[in-house]
Amino acid sequence: MTKRQENIAVLESEGLGYLVQALIDKGYEVLGPRIKDGAVTYDQIETVRDLPIGWTDRQEPGSYRLVKSGKKTYFDYAVGPHSWKKYLHPPETRLWEARRDEQGFTVIEPERETAKKALLGVRPCELQALAIQDTVFTGGPYLAPGYQERRSNLFIVAVNCVRPGGTCFCASMKTGPKATSGFDLALTEILESGRHYFVVEVGSASGEELLSDLPTKVADDAEKEAAAKAMERATAKMGRELDTKGIRELLYKCFDDPHWQTVADRCFSCGNCTMVCPTCFCVNVEDGTDLSGQQAERWSRWDSCFTRDFSYIHGGSIRFTVKARYRQWMTHKLAYWLDQFGTLGCVGCGRCITWCPAGIDITEEVRALRDKEQSEKVQSV
Amino acid sequence: MATTPTSSPLHDVRDGDPMLARPFQIRRTRKDTYDTVSLQLKPPDGDDGFPFEPGQFNMLYAYGVGEVPISISGNPAKNDSLVHTIRAVGAATRALTSLKVGDSVGVRGPFGKGWPVEAVAGNDVVVITGGIGLAPLRPAIYQLLAHREEYGKVVLLYGARTPEDILFRRNLEKWRSRFDIETALTVDRAARSWKGNVGVVTQLIPRAVFDPLHCVAFVCGPEIMMRFTVMELIKRGVAENNIFVSMERNMKCGIGLCGHCQLGSSFVCKDGPVYCYEDVRDSFRKREM
Repeated sequence: MTKRQENIAVLESEGLGYLVQALIDKGYEVLGPRIKDGAVTYDQIETVRDLPIGWTDRQEPGSYRLVKSGKKTYFDYAVGPHSWKKYLHPPETRLWEARRDEQGFTVIEPERETAKKALLGVRPCELQALAIQDTVFTGGPYLAPGYQERRSNLFIVAVNCVRPGGTCFCASMKTGPKATSGFDLALTEILESGRHYFVVEVGSASGEELLSDLPTKVADDAEKEAAAKAMERATAKMGRELDTKGIRELLYKCFDDPHWQTVADRCFSCGNCTMVCPTCFCVNVEDGTDLSGQQAERWSRWDSCFTRDFSYIHGGSIRFTVKARYRQWMTHKLAYWLDQFGTLGCVGCGRCITWCPAGIDITEEVRALRDKEQSEKVQSV
Repeated sequence: MATTPTSSPLHDVRDGDPMLARPFQIRRTRKDTYDTVSLQLKPPDGDDGFPFEPGQFNMLYAYGVGEVPISISGNPAKNDSLVHTIRAVGAATRALTSLKVGDSVGVRGPFGKGWPVEAVAGNDVVVITGGIGLAPLRPAIYQLLAHREEYGKVVLLYGARTPEDILFRRNLEKWRSRFDIETALTVDRAARSWKGNVGVVTQLIPRAVFDPLHCVAFVCGPEIMMRFTVMELIKRGVAENNIFVSMERNMKCGIGLCGHCQLGSSFVCKDGPVYCYEDVRDSFRKREM
């Protein structure tokens, strides 16, 4: 614990450029937030000028807008539609290719990606999403091809959330707004009385090593206090919460509840929530050939449990109605996931709320089920 | 007696890439019915047979077309008889069933948990199958008959749609001529020339001779058939935890990572396909789970 205290440093805002450069010098491809198509997305970063300086976001159910803040801040926004999942569990991956020959065909193994990647600006909820994906992809009897290689070559710079987004509920999920583990370095951006700096925590030996190359100083009490206060304010400002007490039992009990139909009446079954979710892992496996038929390929592509095809077996789809598909998604996240992987499948990032074209809010739907359950209990007493 | 199917990994599955298909050559083909074909596959040179448990499946890849989960239907005691019985219902199964001797099939597996044949020794065993559901149970029947003295009564009840849909006629004839296995057959509909039973397979259950209190049932067929079979078994006094069913769901990876085959909290590909009925009761009762 005392060691941890000593590890808190301060990096002036101009020092962030050195951090990016130090990562590049160490051979990392630096990936971080960049504005694209009117949203904060994740992409390659070459200098700090690529970051969304002076931008903030307004997020509501079904609504996302970037707004100029007029400040010099680098990280004054919440998560956008992208998640780091796209680097560790890519939207599409070629699993292998095969060539026709006299024996029939020969399968050629894919080359494994070994590039070192540095993720800059990973939010605390996203660290939890990474931890969840680690369990999903490496905790079972079979390892997801290529995942470990991609995962072990990461350098993670977390950024604590001083301003929660309009749809965030990480505090109630106990995943934020402050990062506690799973990072190499964690930054808290402070802009107060004209001074702009980062309070930096070290989470690993490679984080320590990188920090030693940067122009930092040991944080004084006032600076540490400023960071702690910022975290308190963020927790207090969080607009939403999801009560996870007995959530698994609640959902199992509510399997036949008519409320699922009222959600289904609004749900377009578009699958946006599964695409933006940092933990959704379902993929389709697709086979095909070139026009000559001499070369075949197998691809893995993100899939969504909101499609009717997802559960198709000859004779029809198991989950034919939208009601059944929404119920499957939410029950998987908040109940089955606990049985399967020992954690919830939700981290409280709020993406599914923001990017739902109907503005369906998972926290509201849990509350509605809970309220119905409560009132039924009262009535039966 | 509560037995959960167990599967001992036959090799360390964490070695190698589980998504890589290996080409196996077709050694023999047999046309079982007008729409169903059995393929006997030969593991690539240097491979020492293909050990599997009754009830396990492989992902079979038809070059360029697609991949489907198919149960192994051969004799587990014979290393050289890796057989799959495939009914042509979609693009991949149509491609697989039109392959010829010498062609190659991509194979990944064996996957999943099988029938707890060894664990139920000492009991009567009732095997109840509908349609292509006989295929994943044939390895279990082979194994039961190979260790016949370890079991009480062995009963096979098999329902097919029509006489033309009856699979494995040669096996059935052999089994019917044995005195240590009771075999009963029924079809849903038939022409006048059919001298056997007509009706659904559940109608055979009340007539079958077994001790419900010391009996284990292995059930495989369409979900609706399994639902009514289980009801009939329970009516006869068979305990829920002595009934085993093989579930079918969409499968894309076979290794618990694509998410398609989820059945409540379980993944059919790795936690099933064979389940103790007690563990999947909900999915029979709840719609669209």
